[in-house]
Amino acid sequence: MSIATRLFDRVRGGVHPPTYKDLTATEPIREAQAPSTVVIPMRQHVGAPCTPVVKKGSEVRVGTLIGDSEAYVSAPIHSSVSGKVIQVAPQAHPAGGDVLAVIIESDGEYRPEPALSVPEPWENLEPREIHRAVRDAGIVGLGGAAFPTHVKLNPPHDYPIDTVILNGAECEPFLTSDYRLMLEQPEAVLEGLLVIMKAVGAPRGIVAIEDNKPQAIKSMSAVTRGGGIEVSSLKTRYPQGAEKVLIDSLLKREVPSGGLPMHVGVVVQNVGTAHAIARYFSTGMPLVKRVVTVTGSIVREPSNLMVPIGTSFAAAAEACGGFTEPPGKVLMGGPMMGLAQYTLEVPVIKGTSGILALSLKETAYIVPGEPVCIRCGRCVDACPMGLIPTYLAAYAYNEKWDSLQRLNIQDCFECGCCAYACPTRNPLVQLIKTGKVELARRKTRMESRAAELAAAAPGEEGGNGE
Amino acid sequence: MENNLIVSASPHIRASVSTRRIMLHVVVALLPVTVYSVVIHGLSAVWVLIASIAGALLGELVMEKGRRLPVTLDDCSALLTGLLLALTLPPMLPWWIALVGGLAATILGKQMFGGIGHNLFNPALVGRAVVFVSWPGYFVAGYAKSAAIGIANTASHKAIQTAVEVASGASPLAAMKLVYDPTTSPTGLRGVPQGLAGSSYYRPLLFANPWGCLGEVSALLLILGGIYLVATRVIDWRIPVIYVGSVVVLTIVIGRDPLFYMLAGGLLIGAIFMATDYTTSPLARNGKVVYALGLGLVTWLLRGWSNNPEGVMFAILFMNALVPLIDRYILPSRYGKVKEKKGEKEAGEVVPG
Repeated sequence: MSIATRLFDRVRGGVHPPTYKDLTATEPIREAQAPSTVVIPMRQHVGAPCTPVVKKGSEVRVGTLIGDSEAYVSAPIHSSVSGKVIQVAPQAHPAGGDVLAVIIESDGEYRPEPALSVPEPWENLEPREIHRAVRDAGIVGLGGAAFPTHVKLNPPHDYPIDTVILNGAECEPFLTSDYRLMLEQPEAVLEGLLVIMKAVGAPRGIVAIEDNKPQAIKSMSAVTRGGGIEVSSLKTRYPQGAEKVLIDSLLKREVPSGGLPMHVGVVVQNVGTAHAIARYFSTGMPLVKRVVTVTGSIVREPSNLMVPIGTSFAAAAEACGGFTEPPGKVLMGGPMMGLAQYTLEVPVIKGTSGILALSLKETAYIVPGEPVCIRCGRCVDACPMGLIPTYLAAYAYNEKWDSLQRLNIQDCFECGCCAYACPTRNPLVQLIKTGKVELARRKTRMESRAAELAAAAPGEEGGNGE
Repeated sequence: MENNLIVSASPHIRASVSTRRIMLHVVVALLPVTVYSVVIHGLSAVWVLIASIAGALLGELVMEKGRRLPVTLDDCSALLTGLLLALTLPPMLPWWIALVGGLAATILGKQMFGGIGHNLFNPALVGRAVVFVSWPGYFVAGYAKSAAIGIANTASHKAIQTAVEVASGASPLAAMKLVYDPTTSPTGLRGVPQGLAGSSYYRPLLFANPWGCLGEVSALLLILGGIYLVATRVIDWRIPVIYVGSVVVLTIVIGRDPLFYMLAGGLLIGAIFMATDYTTSPLARNGKVVYALGLGLVTWLLRGWSNNPEGVMFAILFMNALVPLIDRYILPSRYGKVKEKKGEKEAGEVVPG
């Protein structure tokens, strides 16, 4: 790299928050029992929510289909316990608001759905059949974003995929669920990667792991045996595990603004997703449980739990000995992008990678007010997308919509690096989120107004002012 | 369970950095040179320091009280402004002039624009500019009469002293300008004042220079302060290194002594502590590079071809004015601002919406 490129074209952004991973890194994944009732929301993923296919009184088993949708960008939902549906009603959802949910009383026996059978070995299947199987298994991205996996495995033919990246970066502080999977079940993770590579027709697979997890690198390297698969160690840096950052770090390719990884020939899947795919092909059991890191300094026994979907946060915390003091903040996910909960009576969903409880003291409460900025530039240096967060926040606050667009607000994926780095505790992400929502709202409003105008003035008469 | 859960937007952890801590880091970086300045200049320096800091704090307090805003003295930015201003003033300056400078710094330079983060010009340099244009005599003759010249009795000190006395009490760089005229003696002494020819004048400039502003007593201590600030990630290395580097290169181009240009005068304190001021320098690293190159060029022009010895101060104030322009057009390298890969569908189809 010449001096000029070093000066002008630096590595973009990132921050180095403390990892706090030692709380749970050495805790083997253990099975958690579901509480007596599980609440399974019909919105478990990005895309169309499901419609319940069971009703009050229905008998269900583990793996029984309870929700499905006709939409392509969606994935069916299955029961995680055996028992009886006691209610179908809106319930508090960890991503906010109330969402229609199927509430099941567990009989504690976990009898599997008899109609399930072990699928044909994936080696014998066509890519098309793999997509179908992955969809039927209700598998979505388990990294947190929860995008239906079968959609990602089926990119349009215009975009040939040459590389599958298996995301084991797990760059969020506190979380160790992917780490434990790579340590304990590397064969299953690898198997999942092979399925994904076959499904998208990619000759190359990369398992990407941050270099602060040498054990995981070792364990994954031990099971990879050529076949176009390599284990790649990444510099530890948040948000190294963000798709676009990952692709840039590993392949030096930039996903065009507004584009997707497939536009540069890449599919990125989370380690947990690969594991879930492999498990489905070996057992035939759809996605009804997942690994959740339950952690925080006030959790009595921080753990990596295999939790049935629908288990309440309160029950998951109880399975870890409960709290040593009342929590100040409880998050779904990590501290950088996690969602703060107002109640512990929300269920674990497919996208719940962690439950993090912070004490009142640890909770950096941001007093809302005017955004203060001393122009130190830390947010600009921290932004992995090369944006200017302080201007975006200020323009959002002052409602300068055109300026927001000029500075490419839509490229922000809300990783939180800017706000993390800000010495004045400016609520940058909050303001930028608000700006994005408002921009989108204005766009829809203008479109519908344009449609109204077009409808009101049909034909060629529209041009006449008189 | 009783529910006291706090709900707020991510991120939920923050780096342990605050405005106050940043300002105090800079103060710490300036402490050695401040203390040493008192050692060299004696009591006169103490009065300048106290008056300047008091003026800056008072200016901030009065304006914030007057505008019924929360008083922000505890962020230590006004303290830093006062200290920085003092270090750019001559030791023989009467205390009341330093006080006026401090008041001007925070009132005219900062609060008039809306307070921290909003000012266009470096507040300390605004204060200095006010003092400089109001009482210019002290900036020509206010240096050499300092109390501590007696300690400097080596040959090289004598040489500088002679040059400075020839120029009736200016700083070495100003003396050079007054004594040495490049247009009339182009084959002369390669850019240093007559009395300094052939002597090792670097040593006093590095270690003990009584002929300059408070902060110019030792180039070495300034450089150490700069290293401390880069190491603690308070400042980016780009601005000071590129600024000083470009002055050095340009000085070599016109065949003058680059080390003398670097060590004498306000270049180091300006490059390390003034040009790196957050509010008045560009946000993005790319912008900082452009800004620093501009600073080098303007300083070189002013030092070489203006009648005024104050190259650094006016260069920084001038470039301050260009920062909004730089921030608008010199953006960070944005991710995803790429052409679509060849061999795929026609461009334009990729980007939805």
